Amino acid sequence: MKQLLIFIRKEAYHIFRDKRTLLILLGMPMVQVLLFGFAITNEINNARIAILDLSKGEMSRDIIQRMAASGYFEIGENLHSLSDIERHFRQGKTKLVAVFPPQLEEKLLRNTPVQIQLVADATDPNTATTLINYASAIIGRYMQEQNQGKALPLAITTEVKMLYNPRLKSVYMFVPGVITIILMLMSAMMTSIAITREKELGTMEVLLVSPLRPSTIVIGKVIPYILLALTMAAIVLMLGAFVFGMPIRGSLLLLIAECVLFVITSLSLGILISTRTETQQVAMLISLMALMLPTILLSGFIFPIESMPKVLQLLSNIIPAKWFIIIIKNVMLRGTGFDFIWKETLILLGMALFFIAASIRNFKIRLA
Amino acid sequence: MPNQPAIDVQNISKRFGKQVQALEDVSFQVQPGELFGLIGPDGAGKTALMRILTTLLLADEGQARVNGWDVRKDYKLIRRNVGYMPGRFSLYQDLSVEENLQFFATIFGAAIEENYGLIRDIYSQLEPFRTRKAGKLSGGMKQKLALSCALIHKPSVLFLDEPTTGVDAVSRHEFWEMLQRLRQKGITILVSTPYMDEAGLCERVALIQKGRILSIDTPANIVGSFDKPLLAIRTDNMYRLINDLRQFESTHSAYPFGDYVHLALDRPIWPEAVHAFLAAREHTGIEIKAATVTIEDSFMELMTRS
Amino acid sequence: MLPAITADKLTKRFGDFTAVNQITFEVRKGEIFGFLGANGAGKTTAIRMLNGLSRPTAGQASVAGFDVYRHAEKIKRRIGYMSQKFSLYEDLTVRENIQFYGGIYGLPLDEIRRQMKQLVAGLGMEPYARSLVKSLPLGWRQKLAFSIAIMHRPEIVFLDEPTGGVDPITRRQFWEMIYKAADEGMTVFVTTHYMDEAEYCGRVSIMVDGRIAALDTPHALKAQFHAASMNEVFLNLTRPGRHQS
Repeated sequence: MKQLLIFIRKEAYHIFRDKRTLLILLGMPMVQVLLFGFAITNEINNARIAILDLSKGEMSRDIIQRMAASGYFEIGENLHSLSDIERHFRQGKTKLVAVFPPQLEEKLLRNTPVQIQLVADATDPNTATTLINYASAIIGRYMQEQNQGKALPLAITTEVKMLYNPRLKSVYMFVPGVITIILMLMSAMMTSIAITREKELGTMEVLLVSPLRPSTIVIGKVIPYILLALTMAAIVLMLGAFVFGMPIRGSLLLLIAECVLFVITSLSLGILISTRTETQQVAMLISLMALMLPTILLSGFIFPIESMPKVLQLLSNIIPAKWFIIIIKNVMLRGTGFDFIWKETLILLGMALFFIAASIRNFKIRLA
Repeated sequence: MPNQPAIDVQNISKRFGKQVQALEDVSFQVQPGELFGLIGPDGAGKTALMRILTTLLLADEGQARVNGWDVRKDYKLIRRNVGYMPGRFSLYQDLSVEENLQFFATIFGAAIEENYGLIRDIYSQLEPFRTRKAGKLSGGMKQKLALSCALIHKPSVLFLDEPTTGVDAVSRHEFWEMLQRLRQKGITILVSTPYMDEAGLCERVALIQKGRILSIDTPANIVGSFDKPLLAIRTDNMYRLINDLRQFESTHSAYPFGDYVHLALDRPIWPEAVHAFLAAREHTGIEIKAATVTIEDSFMELMTRS
Repeated sequence: MLPAITADKLTKRFGDFTAVNQITFEVRKGEIFGFLGANGAGKTTAIRMLNGLSRPTAGQASVAGFDVYRHAEKIKRRIGYMSQKFSLYEDLTVRENIQFYGGIYGLPLDEIRRQMKQLVAGLGMEPYARSLVKSLPLGWRQKLAFSIAIMHRPEIVFLDEPTGGVDPITRRQFWEMIYKAADEGMTVFVTTHYMDEAEYCGRVSIMVDGRIAALDTPHALKAQFHAASMNEVFLNLTRPGRHQS
């Protein structure tokens, strides 16, 4: 026990005396979150749209006004005929055209279904979908208000319902993903070089000749980094909350506990890499390159797992990040408790134990 | 157990890959309390042998025991009871002198106060720099700290792999003085070095070359076993001198030794004959005297014979 | 004949610390000059000034007839450099190393080809010309490194601890190569803190704390200090008042 304590203390000295690395470790998550949060976002503000109002009634004017007031759209040109639409898109002047049919009010009062046509430039499908969603939501809400207190409901043309993220804020999607990726990569990287560094320095020789047990070395290497990784997690969470207005709807305690678990899983994976490599360079490459792509692509961070081919869906199950993203989204956005995420938690715990056991087993008690 | 050797190596062989034969059928014994030197150039197999004895490597063939414990089966016991200072001083550069010592004491389950007597005269020179980072110490200081760390758990056998490589002459000298004092405290020491001149400071040495032991004996006996007449010769042109001497009919070997050439002869002849030979070849400043045989002369003779 | 190297009150200060303190010496053409000193005595700093890698704080120096302040580039073309630790690329073959170094000193292709043959044959390494350097024994690597360092026929070659750790026979073969080069007129400047290397030099200087504490032939120095070896001379100079028992 005393050996473990002094080992941890020594590791802590290494960490805190290397000020530059420490600064990078703590600064990088900040930069990454801000980059992801601001630059790489699906949100659209002030998109230019055009209107073809064939009805010229009170209702269409109301709707157009609401669209303009939403902040998402900037109303550009008023078109005069259907043939204008195509020309307009070709000139690249607009992303979306809203077409209001003639006699909107009259048709509605006669209970004839009407359709407001939303035409979007789908060369950029993500933007198109988002714009269509915004527009339909505005129209839908308008209709609902009009229907209130009326005996005969007016025909509703759109029904869009956005759960959990009604304003389609993409930051809500990104922050959990970014937290996950950062914790995973940074933790794995930190510990992956921790053992190889001693191999390169030659100090490993003396550690091996000492009565230290492999388990003491492995565990002694993981523990001090937990604190560091948690600091990172806190920085990222606070940025999410204060800069991007990310809600934490569930229990904060539960969130922290899950973070600890995930950090331990990642650190143990790093240690496992460390036991199998000889130089810091190789360890770093493996932990960055070999972990980064699968973690980003298969964790559900950017691409929904449900729409992947079956093989990749199966493969995604071995990515620790996938399970953590599920957990963190549940706790932060849905505010669910432990009873909803115990399965994912158990899977992560199993992975952590496996990595640690494999590291201790893999730890070479001799040099070659 | 009386008379049990502290280190017992029997027919050890070790290969790295298919090509490199690091050690070939190496056998020797070190008695308790002995200061034993393993002398040989880089690549001779010294480090491989050290690592096999400190249980860091497994030999392909042969057996080795340290304090009677088998290096393969009883590795845990050996690790608890020996001290080891690897070739590159194994210190944490970002930890202070004190922190390094404390760390190594604790992982070996020892308390500094308990065994301080053993390291007092080594560590006391480091005391003024207690809080300095190991990375900021001079080579000689690092060497002293590494030795203190290897001794702090009071090992019965001490393995030192090239402790004097890369250290200046003053520190080397001090280091050997420390080893002499440790020997008086009854610690068995196996030390390896590429410097032939350090052989004379050991009680017994094994000369090792290309994974084979050339000779095991006391330094005096190794020097004494050189059986050729040996002359030390210098003239004003070293390069021509070597080449000319190699043409001399009775020459066994001619090698530069500092500012002299050591000429080993196949049979005893008068120095005047050599003088006349060199004068005939227009050498000036000729000086010829009987040479004192050194370990290096013996080593080279053994190398060419094997 | 002009000296190969002259230094006159050459000084280098780093802030308050004087690494090299007014050193004055001359190295004659074709001489094997040993430049000795303990770790941290200022050897490396002095060499860097002579090689044109570091600008002196004060004093004068010239190498191969060129001023170190003004003609650092010209000096670099006229010197060779070999260090035991990092002279050859271990993951290149013997041939590739020769081609590379020939190339960086601007030797014409047919000259490189001619030297390649000569050099490889001279070392008896024909069967290994296409082997990776790391597969060669240490002694061979050192001899190869030296041959490559003098391939462009430099006027002066700087050797940094060239023979530490080599077996005694290879070491002597190496020194014979150095004697031969010196015999042909090349100046050899050896820095080392191994005193046994010092014994082979024509003259040696010993640096202590940034100054040159002694400069003479090993023979004369040993006589002056009543010492049997350069090691004793060195200990006497660096530990005043304490004599070897």
